[in-house]
Amino acid sequence: MEERVISLTVENRFGLLAKVAGLFSARGYNINSLVVAPTEDPEISRMVLTTSGDQRIIEQIIKQLNKVIGIIKVTDLCENDYLERELLLVKVNVANQKRTEIIELAELFKARIIDVARKFLTIELVSETRKVDGFLELLKPYGLKEVLRTGTVAVSRE
Amino acid sequence: MKKKLTGAQIVLEALKKEGIQHIFGIPGGVLIPLMDALYDEPEIKFMLTRHEQAAAHMADGFARATGRPAVCLATSGPGATNLVTGIATAHMDSIPMVAITGQVATSLIGNDAFQEVDITGITRPITKNNYLVKDVRELAQVFREAFYVAASGRPGPVLIDIPVDVQKASAEFDYPKEIELRSYKPKYEGHPIQIKKALELIAHSSRPIIYAGGGVVRSRASAELTEFARMTGIPVILTLMGLGGFPAGDELFCGMPGMHGTVYANHSLMETDLIIAVGARFDDRVTGKVDTFAPHARIIHIDIDSSSIGKNVRVDVPIVGDIKHVMRQMLLEAPKASCAPWRERIAEWKRKYPLEYKRDDKLHPQFIIEEINRLTGGEAIIATEVGQHQMWVAQFYRFKEPDLLITSGGLGTMGFGFPAAIGAQIGRPDKVVFDIAGDGSFQMNIQELTTAVENRIPVKVAVLNNCHLGMVRQWQELFYNKRYSGTFLSPCTDFAAIAGAFGARGCRVSRPEEVAPALEASLKEKEVPFVIDFRIEPDEKVFPMVPAGASLDEMLSGIS
Repeated sequence: MEERVISLTVENRFGLLAKVAGLFSARGYNINSLVVAPTEDPEISRMVLTTSGDQRIIEQIIKQLNKVIGIIKVTDLCENDYLERELLLVKVNVANQKRTEIIELAELFKARIIDVARKFLTIELVSETRKVDGFLELLKPYGLKEVLRTGTVAVSRE
Repeated sequence: MKKKLTGAQIVLEALKKEGIQHIFGIPGGVLIPLMDALYDEPEIKFMLTRHEQAAAHMADGFARATGRPAVCLATSGPGATNLVTGIATAHMDSIPMVAITGQVATSLIGNDAFQEVDITGITRPITKNNYLVKDVRELAQVFREAFYVAASGRPGPVLIDIPVDVQKASAEFDYPKEIELRSYKPKYEGHPIQIKKALELIAHSSRPIIYAGGGVVRSRASAELTEFARMTGIPVILTLMGLGGFPAGDELFCGMPGMHGTVYANHSLMETDLIIAVGARFDDRVTGKVDTFAPHARIIHIDIDSSSIGKNVRVDVPIVGDIKHVMRQMLLEAPKASCAPWRERIAEWKRKYPLEYKRDDKLHPQFIIEEINRLTGGEAIIATEVGQHQMWVAQFYRFKEPDLLITSGGLGTMGFGFPAAIGAQIGRPDKVVFDIAGDGSFQMNIQELTTAVENRIPVKVAVLNNCHLGMVRQWQELFYNKRYSGTFLSPCTDFAAIAGAFGARGCRVSRPEEVAPALEASLKEKEVPFVIDFRIEPDEKVFPMVPAGASLDEMLSGIS
């Protein structure tokens, strides 16, 4: 199994997101995260999705995406260097006197405390997906009240 | 300023620009503006069918017989959903078709209005592209795009959903001449480096085989394929969809591979050292157990759809491009393959394991098919339904040209053949058109006898009537201990009587000597459909057979 980050440039038309999502579900491909947002050109949107599968499946996914009318460009970012970021918002329980510990941990990850309540802290982290995973793992023992992740966005370094 | 037209008029003007002369369909509430415009339109004939599924199959049959896109029409809601099977059938077999559906008014969309259904949502996975047109000013552009997409690249069905208020609104009609889509650029030429690699493999192969499919027929490349095979001396296997793409009478022809293929085609695939796949997609019915398929073969795969390459089997030399273009490129430097011993080996298999059936005094379906072949001189268009009769046609009819076999290969749609035959006859009035049917399949769209009678369409229907869903029964007999669950079509239908009731003609045939006279009578009929009810034995089976999931060399011969 390989993890891939695929970036799509698509026509900004209704139905396209459904087409992409439908393609993945109909053919049984994994879709780990999917981010859709406008670009500088109002007619074009960007989708960034992360998926996994063996090499043959990844190849099929890219070919099938290339076939969809409305998808202008398919880029497998993992073929070259790329930068990725994900935004995490997490509410952590602090009821059992662990507030300082959690704040230290957040600082270590360059995360920010964005809201302080009596029973919990809300922390923001912008980082690579792998680091977001790691941060959450370390926070887990304190009790996670709510976890929100945006999914990966990524851009090639070229 | 240009004169304004209504949306309905724009639809008809666009269809005329695309050379459309027939629309197959059924109207409904939200289509009345379009039907009203059609009332004044002498150049387009509306063919009123009795079920929307049949309308889609008629358009499909028309497209297959003529090589040009065809149009079907249905109203919103149930009309549109009735098209779905027909659209999916065309999609699986890469048939250019434009389906037009009426939709509830734009102000009502999403409100669960009467006869509202999200047909663009429903057909998304079974169309090449689809459109919901909410602005009358976009209609002309959408039609131009739809026909372009349907007929170019790997062809396929496109659906256009038009709300009733858009049909009534008006706009200037400006039909784009050129069309370019930045997200859709079919590739026709093969990459020269890949072609060079392929030719090298061919030159060094001692047991090569061409395995060609529907892509040859769709890209109208049978002349190029035939020339290539004869030039190189490489034997040719054709899939169901490819039949006619290479003349069945040629000594290089090795029949169809796979589940009901010839022994020699399957043996060839198991022993070949090089498969040249041309517009075929290594479907599971062809490969059998994929892990043991063609164990010694390297594979060259030519297809216009890159996603067909490497999907089911690993490929050594992929060539993305249109078959006609690529075959022409390959012909320029085609090597003379040195495979005479290999051809001799295949010839020996052909002598040892010919396709056969018992030639006794019973009425055998294979004999009926051979007689149709003989009496039409192999010139007729043959549509089929799906099941045993379809496989007997593939085995025993000698297709000498492309576009003569019209069959639902990918989806396997029962009820396809008869309406498709009607569509084919409308597209090719010069041809004799047969639907070779099973009794189960024919009854799925038998209501279209009325449409054919009304429009004086003299299609012939040869019903191979065994009073059963024969293919499923065959599996039950062979693999489920003769537990015939849900496959007996009782009581046995009298198809000649049904034909008569619809205003068509019909007769019943129970003995071999009655076959030729009945067929000759049907060939003389030029006004109405002629249905021949051939009474065959329910125990008649399709052999050889590779059981589902078995390897191609594990064939059941069935001849005792």
